[in-house]
Amino acid sequence: MDIRKIKKMIELLEESGIAEIEIREGEESLRIARVVPGPAVLAAPAAPIAASAPTPSIAAALVPAGSGGGQPAAGEQLITAPMVGTYYSAPSPGAKAFVDIGEEVQVGQTLCIIEAMKMMNQIDSEKAGRIKAVLVKNGEPVEFDQPLFIIE
Amino acid sequence: MAPPDPIGPPSSLAGSAPNQAESANHMPMLEKILIANRGEIALRILRACRELGIKTVAVHSTADANLKHVLLADESVCIGPPPSALSYLNMPAIISAAEVTDAVAIHPGYGFLSESADFAERVENSGFTFIGPKAETIRLLGDKVSAIKVMRAHRVKCVPGSDSALGDHPDENLRMARDIGYPVIIKASGGGGGRGMRVVHAEGALLSSIAITKSEALAAFGNDAVYMEKFLERPRHIEFQILADNYGNIISLGERDCSMQRRHQKVIEEAPAPFISAKQRQTMGERCVEACMAVGYRSAGTLEFLYQDDEFYFIEMNTRIQVEHPVTELVTGIDLVKAQLQIAAGEKLAYTQADVQVRGHAIECRLNAEDPRTFMPSPGPIKLWHPPGGPGIRVDSHLYSGYNVPPHYDSLIGKLIAHGDTRETAIARMRNALSELVVEGIKTNAALHQEILAHAAFQAGGLDIHYLERRLGLK
Repeated sequence: MDIRKIKKMIELLEESGIAEIEIREGEESLRIARVVPGPAVLAAPAAPIAASAPTPSIAAALVPAGSGGGQPAAGEQLITAPMVGTYYSAPSPGAKAFVDIGEEVQVGQTLCIIEAMKMMNQIDSEKAGRIKAVLVKNGEPVEFDQPLFIIE
Repeated sequence: MAPPDPIGPPSSLAGSAPNQAESANHMPMLEKILIANRGEIALRILRACRELGIKTVAVHSTADANLKHVLLADESVCIGPPPSALSYLNMPAIISAAEVTDAVAIHPGYGFLSESADFAERVENSGFTFIGPKAETIRLLGDKVSAIKVMRAHRVKCVPGSDSALGDHPDENLRMARDIGYPVIIKASGGGGGRGMRVVHAEGALLSSIAITKSEALAAFGNDAVYMEKFLERPRHIEFQILADNYGNIISLGERDCSMQRRHQKVIEEAPAPFISAKQRQTMGERCVEACMAVGYRSAGTLEFLYQDDEFYFIEMNTRIQVEHPVTELVTGIDLVKAQLQIAAGEKLAYTQADVQVRGHAIECRLNAEDPRTFMPSPGPIKLWHPPGGPGIRVDSHLYSGYNVPPHYDSLIGKLIAHGDTRETAIARMRNALSELVVEGIKTNAALHQEILAHAAFQAGGLDIHYLERRLGLK
C-alpha cells in the first residue's frame, strides 16, 4: 500500500460524511478514523506497511503497486468503473445527483454517467443496497476498475 | 488513475524545462503522448519521449499495472481487463484515456492497433495526432493485395501470383496455380505477422487449402479475401526501413535480414544483410523511396521482400515501427522512434539520404518466455533478471526482478542486441551476452539462441527462411 493510496483515503474521509474507513489488501490493513472536527488522523498502520516501504527512490518506481484496489470491509462492496472516461454525478450540470449517500439503490438503477468520446454512458448498478460512500468527485476522470461507490 | 506521485522519483523535467521543448527546426515538440501498447516497445517509446521532454501517459489492462513503463510513466490509466480485445484493442477506451489526460498524440507501437486504419482515423477525428502514416495510407498498404498493386506500378518486383483476391471459380484457381507453378502459397489479404498462410505442394490439395485459409482468415482478421503466390523454396527475408516526414522527404535506412524464423515468426534479425552489395542496397532503397513517395507515406515503415537468385520480390509493407528496429538504429546511428515523434510534431526530417551510412554489423535475438524445446509459453514470476552489458550490447526489455510475466499476451519479454565492427565481432559479443544473461523463474529461448549462433552455417551467413525449421525438425 503506497503513500498515494493513503493520501487518497484521507481525502475521501475528509470530503465524505464517513467517520471511519478500513481497507484491507492481502495481509496489510489500514484504518483511518475521524477525531472530532478537524483533519483525519492516521491510525497506527499495521506493521507490514512500514516494513514494505522501499528505500531508494529509483527502486520505489519499480516496486509493484498493490494488487488492484483495496478490499472493502465486511458487508460492503465496491462498485467500480466499467470504462474509462469522465465521471458525472448528475444527468446535467446543476441537476440533482443520481444517488446520494444513504440512498437505497436497486439493481439496474442509474448511479452516474461516464462520458467518453463525447458520448454519455449511463452506469447502472449491478448490486442492490445502501450507498455508504461516493469515492469520486463530479467531473473527475476515472479509469477502468476504479472504485466509484461503496455499497452495503 | 494514478496522479503524478507527490514524492515520486526526481524528474529532470520538474520545474525546469519550458512547457514545450523546441527542436532544431523550431517546431514545438508534442506536450504529452499516450502510449497505446505494452511490454518492451511501450518502454522504448517512453524512453524516446523522455529524451524529448514529452510527458507520458501509459494505458494498461488490469493485468499490466506493474509493467515497467507504467511504473515510470508520468500518468497511467487502466483501460480494461486482461483480454486484449477489451483493453489494448479497445479503441474507445484508449481514445477516452487520451481525452481525460489531455494527451495530444497517440503512439500505437507495433501489433495491436498500430496497423488499424480505422483506429488511425478515429484518433485523428477525435483531435489527436496518430504517430504513423495517414489512415488512408494504412488502408492502402495494409491490404496485401492493394499493396502489391501499388508496388507493381512503381518498378518494385513482386512474387509471381494472382494480381488480386481469388474468386470462387475452382477451374480458374486451378489454372492460375498451374500457370504460377507448384508449390504455391495461399495468403490472407488482411493477414500479417506471419499468420493466415498455407503452402500447397500439389494440385490435389489446392481447393481445400483455399477454402480452409479463407475461413481461417475470416475468423482471425474479419476478412476472407485470399490471394495466391509462387512459393519460393529457399528465399531469404530481407526488408528495407524507410523514414518519411510530412513534407515529402523520404529516406531509406538500409536493410535487415530476418531469415531466421520459426512458423513465420522472426527469431534472429541482423543488419546489414550478408552478401548484399552497396549497389543493391542503393537500388532497392531508391525503389522503396519512390513507391513511398507515390503514396504520400509518412513516419516509419518497412518494405518486406523475399530474396532469391539475386532478385528481390516484394511481399508486404508494415506501416509501423518494427520489433527489430534496433539493429538499424545501431548500424546507422539514427534513433527511429525519436524520429517518429519528431515527424509527428511536424519537424522536417533531420537526415538526408547522404547522411545514412551503414557502419559495422548488428544482430538481435528475440527473447521469449517459452520452453526452449516445446515452444510452449512460460509465463510467471521473474525471481531474478540479470541483463548482460559491455561494449556493443543493448538490452531492450521491460523485465525486472519481481515482475510477473502475465499469460494473456505474446511471449516476447525482451531483445538482446549486439553491435560490432564486423559480423564476427557482433556474433562473439552476442554469444558472450547470452552467457551472461540470467532469467530465473520462467523458461526462455536463450539456449536456443546460443545453439543457433554456434552453428557454422549461421556464422557463414546468408541462410534462407526455412533453415531454422529444418534444423529444429532434424533434432
